[in-house]
Amino acid sequence: MNIQQMILTLQKHWSDQNCILMQAYDVEKGAGTMSPMTLLRSLGPEPWNVAYVEPSRRPADGRYGQNPNRLYQHHQFQVIMKPSPDNIQELYLDSLRALGIDPLQHDIRFVEDNWENPTLGAAGLGWEVWLDGMEITQFTYFQQIGGLEAKPVSVELTYGIERLASYIQDKENVFDLEWTDGVTVSDIFLQPEYEHSKYTFEESDTDMLFDLFATYEKEAKRTMEQGLVFPAYDYVLKCSHTFNLLDAKGVISVTERTGYISRVRNLAREIAKIYVEERERLGFPMLKEAANNDNN
Amino acid sequence: MTTTNILFEIGLEEMPARFLDDAQKQLHEKTTAWLDELRVPYQGIEVYVTPRRLAVIIKDAAEKQPDIEEEAKGPAKSIALDENGEWTKAAVGFSRGQGKTVKDIYTKEVNGTEYIFVSKFIEGRKTLDLLQGFKDVVLKMNFPKSMRWSDLNLRYVRPIRWITALFGSEIVPLEIAGVAASNKTYGHRFLGESIELSSADKYRNKLKEQYVIVDPSEREEKIRSQIEQLQQKKNWKVPVDSNLLDEVKHLVEYPTVFSGSFDEEFLEIPEEALITSMKEHQRYFPVRDSKGSLLPNFVAVRNGNSDFIETVARGNEKVLRARLSDARFFFEEDKKQSIARNVKKLEKMVFQEKLGTIADKVGRVTQLTGQISDLINMDAVVRKQAVRAAEISKFDLVTNMVNEFTELQGIMGEKYARLFGENEQTAKAINEHYMPRHAGDALPASTEGALVSVADKLDTIIGCISVGIIPSGSQDPYGLRRQAIGVLQILKSQKWQVKLEELLEKTYQQFEAKGIPTRSKQEIMEDLSEFFTHRAGYIMKEAGIDQDVIEAVLHAGIGIFHFTFDKALVLADKRQDESFKPAQEGLGRVLNLAGKAGTEEVKKELFENATETELNAAVERMLPGYQQTLEQQKANKAIEMLAELADPIHAFFDHTMVMAKDENLRSNRLALLNKIAAMVYQYADLSKVQWKQQF
Repeated sequence: MNIQQMILTLQKHWSDQNCILMQAYDVEKGAGTMSPMTLLRSLGPEPWNVAYVEPSRRPADGRYGQNPNRLYQHHQFQVIMKPSPDNIQELYLDSLRALGIDPLQHDIRFVEDNWENPTLGAAGLGWEVWLDGMEITQFTYFQQIGGLEAKPVSVELTYGIERLASYIQDKENVFDLEWTDGVTVSDIFLQPEYEHSKYTFEESDTDMLFDLFATYEKEAKRTMEQGLVFPAYDYVLKCSHTFNLLDAKGVISVTERTGYISRVRNLAREIAKIYVEERERLGFPMLKEAANNDNN
Repeated sequence: MTTTNILFEIGLEEMPARFLDDAQKQLHEKTTAWLDELRVPYQGIEVYVTPRRLAVIIKDAAEKQPDIEEEAKGPAKSIALDENGEWTKAAVGFSRGQGKTVKDIYTKEVNGTEYIFVSKFIEGRKTLDLLQGFKDVVLKMNFPKSMRWSDLNLRYVRPIRWITALFGSEIVPLEIAGVAASNKTYGHRFLGESIELSSADKYRNKLKEQYVIVDPSEREEKIRSQIEQLQQKKNWKVPVDSNLLDEVKHLVEYPTVFSGSFDEEFLEIPEEALITSMKEHQRYFPVRDSKGSLLPNFVAVRNGNSDFIETVARGNEKVLRARLSDARFFFEEDKKQSIARNVKKLEKMVFQEKLGTIADKVGRVTQLTGQISDLINMDAVVRKQAVRAAEISKFDLVTNMVNEFTELQGIMGEKYARLFGENEQTAKAINEHYMPRHAGDALPASTEGALVSVADKLDTIIGCISVGIIPSGSQDPYGLRRQAIGVLQILKSQKWQVKLEELLEKTYQQFEAKGIPTRSKQEIMEDLSEFFTHRAGYIMKEAGIDQDVIEAVLHAGIGIFHFTFDKALVLADKRQDESFKPAQEGLGRVLNLAGKAGTEEVKKELFENATETELNAAVERMLPGYQQTLEQQKANKAIEMLAELADPIHAFFDHTMVMAKDENLRSNRLALLNKIAAMVYQYADLSKVQWKQQF
């Protein structure tokens, strides 16, 4: 099964579970969790079921396309269900079956893994799912998001698409994976991997990036003050990615590092708070829709 | 009486393996306590845990509580009856309150007063009606981490998915977290099916048919015996790490052991990194040959049976291959660096906000290592090697390998130091300076390692305490307690002739010189003294020494710790020793009177009798030798010298009135006693010892 088929299969599977199929969010980010479709929507009482592919950029993991396992940008398939359904583990295992992974022929385990993202003031409990010893999915019950208690609790499934594909296609090197028939990951991503690595580690304009961080931070605060949650959050994401670029280049000392992380965290917390307030002001519209649907 | 077996099984999403041993223990204790409270007789209980279930079987429980016959005591008869011999309101109220009438009242004398009573019969309730209380047992379980799920308010270790609760064949009406109990349970996640149980009997076997081994010790045994078979078959040695086995048995409901291999060329990677990759990351058991050399194989445990086990093995091999490729890449990259370049990078690594970078710390530790060496007149070669080890003690923290496998700090330092051409002793000291890493860990074997270890730990402890980071309760983020214990253990085993207080002072001075402390020196030193005294006491207690002796030897600080420790051992022995009795009595009398004002000096001309003269002479004869013995740290000889004073002391007290009316005589006699007391206190405060001999 090629990556494209995998994605289609997962989309079909979660679409059948009444997940809204979203497209990737168009601002650079390090993980699918940071998409507002997860981070903001998992806040507050409104039900929310969504699935999407998220290209995730981790500048520090860039290896000029030379490392068989590490990428500047990899892909996550992200599922959020709020409140977490009682049969979520079964639904997840069914998705593996749909991908052709028969649990009877493998060793699938749920190994404790507590997830924490201090930059987003977020924490959750759950597992990493092992397929014959390989971590293929992060399975998390959100407990806290943006410093706020997650209530009801959302469950987040994050499939590492390349990891899973390397198993399904039995390939050692991520660049040999077939995206679709006759087209490999190498065909699509080798050049960007090389160029982004070169840019990140050698060519990026440090002064400009520091300026950009300050500018984005300022704009995030300004828009936040006007109650414009989503634009403010976009700027927080931009801050985060800019910080990652600077960090990967090694121009942020350890002491400063903590400072930058806490600046992003403070913004994220503030936005989380305002988001919930805004939704409340709107009367939590999706709560009403859910109630109406139940009545029909 | 008829009896019945009871079954409770709580089905959950996979619980963390590390919680399960304790969960089993708690479930046993809490269920037993609950049953005691219920007053339902039973034969015994069995408790089982798997990643997905917490289960209790109560064997041969009675069908009802025993009936109770008891009497209720009311008011005194004088209050219960009025002057006409009629029952008062008090008596009527009492009997009604007990569900009886005045007709049931009888009287009895208690301590000379007559009271009214009624006798009560409480019928035992049906056991089945009481079993809903198991809910509290379940909810009272403590887990290190718990969570919420869905829209519930409950916090529990993991979501509860089913409850099986049977009293005989009857379902116990029980509901927890919106899940109602039934007679249905679930087998292995993939191999088993859901089944209905008709009773608690044969629970273990019924579940085994569904590929669930509910008893953890049976799972452990199964893993052990399969590993044993594999060893025989392949002629391997598989050292079974018990912590890993504990974890693995709690990761699976139905264990099947399998093995895999990796390319021999990966054996070039340092063994510790290979083992960490296998054990910590993948939960594999590494494999050795009969000579103990690591083989390119591993043993792992699958949650399931042996069907398709080849696929599982191949998958695991692939994962390990990726990990080992990474490790090899890191190893090769690290070898391209140099120690100097790595040390330079430590300037960018923060140790603690107020205490500066790791480079700052290394600078202090290097200086302190030299100072300690000088204090104990260390051999110049050892000193040089230790100082070099201190200088480069942290260089491996910026290697890729330690970045990836943090538990290898020090171990990789030693390996790389050797590769980069450092002297053997220096290389070893880099690893040893972290020792002891945990309670029960070995101490540094080399003197160089011991020196850097003590310097590094003192720097952390005094640094933290001087900026107000003081361990309290379970809060000890820098592991200061463990490190203080490490320092004392090393001082004790190395028998260094240096007082701990001197080391604390030297270390403190470095922080003071840089203006780091945020508190007054007095506060810091008081905290340090208390902190180390606690740890010293702890070490002594672990060695079986009682609190009174510990207090006696620590009364004036820790001093030269190995000597203080020896004194404690000697005293622990002496206080059981019949022949020491006269000495302790004599010295005890001295200590009782000492401290009361006496003159500075003993004036021989004021002596009135021969025993005074003789005691003073004995003290003067002994004093120089006694001081020398203390300097040589001979704990046993020193106390025996003090014991020699027993005879003259007893003679003195028999013939001399210390608290004489004449003030001059009195102060002079007290001065003599003070002199002896000072000698005793140099050894220990013997007045704190609780003597154990028979009197």
